[in-house]
Amino acid sequence: MPDTMQLLIYIGAMALVTYLIRLLPLVLFTKKITNRFVKSFLYYVPYAVLGAMTIPAIFTSTTYVASAAVGLAVAVFFAYREKSLLFVAVSASTAVFVAERVIEFF
Amino acid sequence: MKEKNFLQYKLGFRDGVPIGLGYFSVAFTFGLAAMAMGLPLWAPVLISLTNVTSAGQFAGLTVIAALGSVIEIVLSQLIINMRYALMSLSLSQKLDGTVRLRDRFLIAFINTDEVFAVAAGRPGEVGRWYMFGLITAPYLGWGLGTLCGAAAGDIMPDSLAAALGIAIYGMFLAIIIPPAKKDRPIVGVIAIAVVLSCLLQWAPVFAGLGSGFVIIICTLVAATLGAWLCPVKEDAADA
Repeated sequence: MPDTMQLLIYIGAMALVTYLIRLLPLVLFTKKITNRFVKSFLYYVPYAVLGAMTIPAIFTSTTYVASAAVGLAVAVFFAYREKSLLFVAVSASTAVFVAERVIEFF
Repeated sequence: MKEKNFLQYKLGFRDGVPIGLGYFSVAFTFGLAAMAMGLPLWAPVLISLTNVTSAGQFAGLTVIAALGSVIEIVLSQLIINMRYALMSLSLSQKLDGTVRLRDRFLIAFINTDEVFAVAAGRPGEVGRWYMFGLITAPYLGWGLGTLCGAAAGDIMPDSLAAALGIAIYGMFLAIIIPPAKKDRPIVGVIAIAVVLSCLLQWAPVFAGLGSGFVIIICTLVAATLGAWLCPVKEDAADA
């Protein structure tokens, strides 16, 4: 195990890199971008990021792929009905919990 | 604080509560993992309070446990966390005139996937007090979760932890699906990102690619195709 000094250097390096990545774009682009292509690109970024982060990772976020699939179906259903973030998250978790108990029963 | 500012803060805080709850359980796991590796209690807590990022922290732990070089830890963070540069760039266009330069230093510090997602999902622009409210609960949840996980050991039963694992993804879906109903090109962008993400993570050819890289590639390709094939109208891009 690293000693205290080494640990502090590791942690400091991690924190600095992560912060600079987040900070630089935010302070360098304080003006509104007018280029239509760039604006369109940035408009689509959140959907692309969240889509890529959700699938396929969601299938390995629980104990079984099957229970994750049930949770995904429930989340999509309530998201489509435009329920709140918390409601969708809790419904999906509850569905996964129930599905896993059913799977383990059989 | 003026009443209008307080209302904005409250609005942001409320939107951040589900994130904070989700973070608590993830950070709890992080605290447990760090203790299992034999780190002193203060180390995971300090990491969480200074980094505020899940994948990067877990990756950092493995480098620390292997006594890797500082170069290694810097590179791992750079690759895994580069996606934040895209999010910060996108967020920079979303902030209104009340957000001053020094506010950006604080907002950038806690611009996580979920904070960005919620801010991006708000209609119109967002102000400084909304952002301050939004980042409060996630930061507390992240720090407290780490502390509790590290201090308390395995309290949460595995069955509950497993079910909560899907909560963050449920939230992501609740953010992207409603706007996709109204704006068809968004469906296309999501579809491209999802298909590409599965391809890159499952095809053996790309097995060496870390998940941070996969997300960057998917985002660049899907958002570029969207902007190229379906450029948004002038007013819609500000929404």
